[in-house]
Amino acid sequence: MSAARRPGTRRLAASVWPIALSLAVFLIVWQLIVFVSGFQSFVLPGPLTVAERFVRAWADGMMWPHFSTTLLEVLLGFALGSVVALVAGIGLARSRLAERLLSPYLVAAQATPVLALAPLIALWFGTGLFSKLIICTLIVFFPVAIATMVGIRSVDKRLLEMARSFRASSWQIITRIEVPAALPAILGGLRVGITLAVIGAIVGEWAGGDSGLGVLINIARGSLFDTPLMFAALMTLALMGISLYLVMLAIERRLVGER
Amino acid sequence: MDPLRQPETAMSSDAALRAYVPVQGADVRAEGVSLSFRGARPAHVLDAVNLSIRPREVVALIGPNGCGKSTLLRVLGGLIPADTGRVLIDGEPVTGPDPRVGVVFQEPRLLPWQTAEDNVRFPMQLAGWSKARQAARSEDLLGLVGLREHAGARPGTLSGGTRQRVAIARALALEPSLLLLDEPFSALDALTRERFNAELLRLWERTGTSIVLVTHSIPEAVFLADRVVVLSPRPARVLAEIAVDLPRPRRLADMDSALVSSLAADVRAHLVDTTDDSIAMEEARLAAAAGLPPGVVPARRHAETEPGTPAWFDPFRPEGPE
Repeated sequence: MSAARRPGTRRLAASVWPIALSLAVFLIVWQLIVFVSGFQSFVLPGPLTVAERFVRAWADGMMWPHFSTTLLEVLLGFALGSVVALVAGIGLARSRLAERLLSPYLVAAQATPVLALAPLIALWFGTGLFSKLIICTLIVFFPVAIATMVGIRSVDKRLLEMARSFRASSWQIITRIEVPAALPAILGGLRVGITLAVIGAIVGEWAGGDSGLGVLINIARGSLFDTPLMFAALMTLALMGISLYLVMLAIERRLVGER
Repeated sequence: MDPLRQPETAMSSDAALRAYVPVQGADVRAEGVSLSFRGARPAHVLDAVNLSIRPREVVALIGPNGCGKSTLLRVLGGLIPADTGRVLIDGEPVTGPDPRVGVVFQEPRLLPWQTAEDNVRFPMQLAGWSKARQAARSEDLLGLVGLREHAGARPGTLSGGTRQRVAIARALALEPSLLLLDEPFSALDALTRERFNAELLRLWERTGTSIVLVTHSIPEAVFLADRVVVLSPRPARVLAEIAVDLPRPRRLADMDSALVSSLAADVRAHLVDTTDDSIAMEEARLAAAAGLPPGVVPARRHAETEPGTPAWFDPFRPEGPE
């Protein structure tokens, strides 16, 4: 058993040590800047201060409700945005007319900063979960829809003719040929989408809301003057983004790794 | 009675009847089929083509490059509708992709993300067969083409010829009575190609379908077909139909007989009018691949058969009683 595990462990170790090294260098440089500049901790807290605040915020139950709110917004927003984008991407890929009709709006929605739209969305849909989902959907939509469209457009036409020769219906062609064949491209779009969903949730929280990591960052900066807490919230956010990205990567490996 | 052909659920009486009848070759008639492509580069492709294929007959379509052979094949299978004229299979008109037809394309066209077995099951899944029926049928088919032990392999790990065998098994999945082959072995090297031609004949002896085959190779056409149909350059018309009265079962050794040579000469005589380079080039390529100067007929010898090929399927099996 150990013989079977060793190569895997070694490979893991080989991929972990550069990450550990770069993290160590980052932390040392950070501490060094704090040490040399002599900044107060409300301007730039050192890594140890932040780590201590991070642990305390989690231990006294301050972080959890904000974390869970944001995570829920990200997951639901990402799911909603992906599903809408997948359907739209398939439609855009199959119909040139749909592409011509919709692409100006698609590009306009992408070119307009979500940050600028967020107050408007909060005005119309309130400061609850729903407006965050809309912002996440908006921001996730473009990369996933474009990836789906491009992926499906580039499916080998000969496979489509083959499926047609066996009397595949349009639905069967979508589900059995086009989507599986475009899956690597679609998953690439989803990988971009999940990190954008985190941004969308935070932007939504800044536009209004009473819970979430974005709200916590605002509170820590504006009313508590607790910069180490701000950093701790940022750290939580970064860890959430990295974890979600890795989960997407694992799903991708699982689904298309053998190709 | 073959349990595979048992209808699983209450089907319409017509379908139930068909399910109980063993596969019989289709009787195919093309009547005055004409077709033009519109669009950026309009072209008149088929010009009132008449063709009739008897049940269990093997017909080879041969003609110059781009003459519309493959298009004619697609019209026969209902993949492209004709402008005028019609195609009848067993007296019933073909109106779209047809359940009575199985198509093998020039490339294997397998789904790369699925195993060989799942590729063979693909038409059955589309047709909504039960899992048990799919499993039984796909096992039979993979056995038929000698690939049972490759059932779990992905197309990327298989050789070009093996992939094409999977494609043939897939085309036979729904028990078609007409098999359409569009230059199915043109991507294979000369020796493999001969072997696959022999395999195809054995398969045909077993399944009893009618076959229409598009090819660029005169020897291949003569070896496989009961009748070689020579088409004109675009727009395609039938220039000549040459009956091949070579006894069956045929063996690769028959390729060297005087009858085959004279038939090939006959086909070539009709093709000469078409001043087509592609066929001459194809022949030169085949000869060159065998390491011989052009014009020299390569000597045939026994070669290794791929492991796992059933005895009856093996074209290199020594002749004589077993």
